[in-house]
Amino acid sequence: MPTSKSEVLQGTLDLLVLKTLDSMGPMHGFGIALRIQQVSEDLLQLNQGTLYPALLRLEQRGWIASKWGVSENNRKAKYYSLTRAGRKQLGEEAENWGRMSAMINRVLRTS
Amino acid sequence: MREFFGTFIRRVMALFRRRRLEDDLDEELRTHLEMAVELNLGKGMSAEDARREALRSFGGVEQTKENYRDQRGLPMIETTLQDLRFGLRMLRRSPGFSILAILCLTLGIGANAAVFSWVEGILFRPYPAVVHQEQLFALTGTALGEADLTSWPDLLDLQRSCTLVDSFIVTKIMGTTLSIGDRAEVTTGSIVSANYFDAIGVHPILGRGFEPGEDLGRNAHPVTVISYQLWKGRFKGDPQIIGKTQRLNNVVHTIVGVAPEGFYGTFVGWAMQFWVPASMEENFEASGYKLEDRGARWIEAYVRLKPGVTLAQAQQEISAAAKRLEAEYPATNRGRGIKLWPLWQTPFNNANTLLPTLEIMLAVVVFVLLIACANVGNLLLVRSFARRHEMTVRLAIGAGRGRLLKQLFTEGLILSAFGAAGGLLVAHWCRHALVLLFPARGGVAMHLPGEIDWRVLALSAGVCLLATLLLGLVPAMQTSKIDLAGALKSDSAGVVGGGGRAWVRSGLVVVQVSLSFVLLVGAGLLLQSLQRIRTMSPGFSTHGVLDTSVPLVAAGYDAPRAQSFQDELLNRVKALPGVESAAFGRMTPLGYGSFSSTAIAVDGYQPPPEEQPAVQYNEVGPDYFATMGIPLVSGREFRRADDEKAALVAVVNETMAAKYWGGKNPIGERVQVKGRWMQVVGVAKDSKYQSVRETPKPFFYVPLRQNFSRSAGLYIRTPLSPETMTTALAREVHALDGNLALYEVITLQEQVDRSTSPQQVAVTLVGVLGGLALLLATIGLYGVMSYAVSQSTRELGLRMALGAGASNLLRLVLARGLALTTGGVLLGAAVALGLTRLLGNLLYKVSPRDPLAFGSAFVVMTIASLAACLLPAWRATRTDPARALRE
Repeated sequence: MPTSKSEVLQGTLDLLVLKTLDSMGPMHGFGIALRIQQVSEDLLQLNQGTLYPALLRLEQRGWIASKWGVSENNRKAKYYSLTRAGRKQLGEEAENWGRMSAMINRVLRTS
Repeated sequence: MREFFGTFIRRVMALFRRRRLEDDLDEELRTHLEMAVELNLGKGMSAEDARREALRSFGGVEQTKENYRDQRGLPMIETTLQDLRFGLRMLRRSPGFSILAILCLTLGIGANAAVFSWVEGILFRPYPAVVHQEQLFALTGTALGEADLTSWPDLLDLQRSCTLVDSFIVTKIMGTTLSIGDRAEVTTGSIVSANYFDAIGVHPILGRGFEPGEDLGRNAHPVTVISYQLWKGRFKGDPQIIGKTQRLNNVVHTIVGVAPEGFYGTFVGWAMQFWVPASMEENFEASGYKLEDRGARWIEAYVRLKPGVTLAQAQQEISAAAKRLEAEYPATNRGRGIKLWPLWQTPFNNANTLLPTLEIMLAVVVFVLLIACANVGNLLLVRSFARRHEMTVRLAIGAGRGRLLKQLFTEGLILSAFGAAGGLLVAHWCRHALVLLFPARGGVAMHLPGEIDWRVLALSAGVCLLATLLLGLVPAMQTSKIDLAGALKSDSAGVVGGGGRAWVRSGLVVVQVSLSFVLLVGAGLLLQSLQRIRTMSPGFSTHGVLDTSVPLVAAGYDAPRAQSFQDELLNRVKALPGVESAAFGRMTPLGYGSFSSTAIAVDGYQPPPEEQPAVQYNEVGPDYFATMGIPLVSGREFRRADDEKAALVAVVNETMAAKYWGGKNPIGERVQVKGRWMQVVGVAKDSKYQSVRETPKPFFYVPLRQNFSRSAGLYIRTPLSPETMTTALAREVHALDGNLALYEVITLQEQVDRSTSPQQVAVTLVGVLGGLALLLATIGLYGVMSYAVSQSTRELGLRMALGAGASNLLRLVLARGLALTTGGVLLGAAVALGLTRLLGNLLYKVSPRDPLAFGSAFVVMTIASLAACLLPAWRATRTDPARALRE
């Protein structure tokens, strides 16, 4: 059994969603949830429901766009894709995150 | 930032597409779950496990939806919309309550909005067509600190030396007779400086304004700009009007322009019909050519300050300039200054006469608003009692108290918003109502419009919010007291006058009664003051003396012709049956115009160094004193023999005799006027000259013949009515000259009444609003009493069963109502004692604590409250004890 699952850090869900859409292309909500869980090797505890307000928020900010489409199983599903503004935002946030985690690591090492 | 706006816009949009978006959300989440179930089935789970696992990893579906909705729309707005919908539904469900409440608020807010619009339209922004009124100020001269007119040379000097003033604008109101075709009528116009139209930013719709230099040169530029109304009315909108001519005071003027619609000149109260440049002054002003006479003060003026310059800065500069004039021209300017006034204090037009009334009105309408709010508050209380169950249920199923309060305030807001809309409508209808309160006078178009602009709208909105807060407060207090456990038990019926809720309601009624009592006292005081003014003797006969005049100047008479006309007419009038005596006089006492004032010197009187003795005077003909009924204390009155060939004589009044001759009989003494020595031949009793409220002041009379003026009033002592006299007079005038018209014939009493019209307006307005307040308070009292009775049928029934008779119950209820009234009256009397001092200026010989006014207010209030309590009391006596006790 791996160690206990981590909660999704406040604010990092946006980054995870943007990154997922960036690497996978347009996806529906369930797909995004599944992908995040797979990539994190099930270490991340994600209430899939919380994904939807986050998606809406990102869409309101103009970072992602949504469109109704048809899934591989012939279901009507809403597909989300990254916009140009979203790609720029992803770059900034990833950089921020890198700086932040590097700094925290440094702090942890020195003390 | 862009993201923020984008988000906001999307959220606002979402408010309008809620149903669609809601369907989308359902569909999206359903798909998600179906996909999850399918995946789980693929992993080999049972159908039931697959579903449970899918739901588990999703988290709460409803909770997700709720979070999603909060993110999607604007929750605050959504709940507000919800409250609004709910509030409107509640109001629709009890239309009686809603209509009564909205009506009360309409009256309350409407009274406020109407008075605001008058204050705006008459005092603060009186000239809607004029640009940048906030930089416009009135200018007058001062003599010993009192406002006076200014002279043309003084104004030219100020213009040269003041750098902070953008422009000096001269305007002087005057009247003339306008004959177009076969119709002749009196009309008002202004003598203005050439910069007038440019400086106020009014551009004629046809032709031009005046050109620089047109105000220079004696009678050099006979041109005129006419008003839009005159153009449309008398000239039938003639498009070729420019360049045509019109006789004004018998001088042919060329019409050079037509002013735009909605421009009435710059004189609060009266609409101007035409304008002429100052160079034509001599033709319109009675006492001659004044453009080069520094001592002739006749000008009313405005200044437009340069942008950013304050009143204080400009005043400082102008005062310094006035000081220099004083030093340079001591003979005419000693003791004189120049003063700027905010438009609302303009001393020379009706802004000045209406200011005290409007000030009082502002206070009065606040009272009316408070009373209206108290009424609606009481209605809301009754309803909050009825809605107690609803509130309790909402609290019990988890609504926060804040949410309930918001609901209550929203309902208050709906009521006051309707009230405000109705109120603005009322104000709109009342825009021109003030004019109706003034007595009509021939030839003058009164114009006192209310102005509903954004400032009035903002203020009304403020009043509406204030009303909302007051309204929301009452039920809110009640709601915060709801206790869940207690509320589930049924309420026991109240006792007449007992219980906490009844206490609040009674308090509101006491407040209402006290506020309307204050208004009644105010109305009483003003009414008494008006009566004092009306019955006060102005020092001349008001009955049996008629007053009229013949516009000789306008008809082009020169002095010799005017003299022989006056003599001729006087002979004919004296010969008319019923005429006891008749005389000419230049100025009518208590008329609009000011008496001229002149510097005097008296043998043996040494004036204090800072004083240049100046006294007002009138030019009157033989028999003037007998005709007017002004008694002579000693000496004689003017005779026919006191003409231009005889020795110069004068009659002084008692105050002047006392001031300059120190109690010695002045008969035979000399007084110097304009460099000419005159002998005093009589002393007349003091009378009122400019205003009935003035204190006795020095005044003297000189013979008309020795100081001739072509414009003079004719006074006739006769028991006949003005109507009878008009026909006879018109016949005589026509016989002498077929082209002459006659001004209206009025009694001197009418003249006095016109001069007291501001007092009359104040009485009418305060009376009307006081009556309104009384009505509202009576309704409030009635509401409280009938509610109290309906809530205490059990108690009343019990009392009856125990042997109380109908008269006992009647007394019980009436006593309760009267107790409330008494409380209110006592409170009101205390408030009134403090407040009626504010009426000060409007009261004439009436103490602000006049017992009669307080007494009659008490009587009226008591009668009204008895009337309000009678029906509920009667209903109490009809209680059926058997039924009341069973219920």
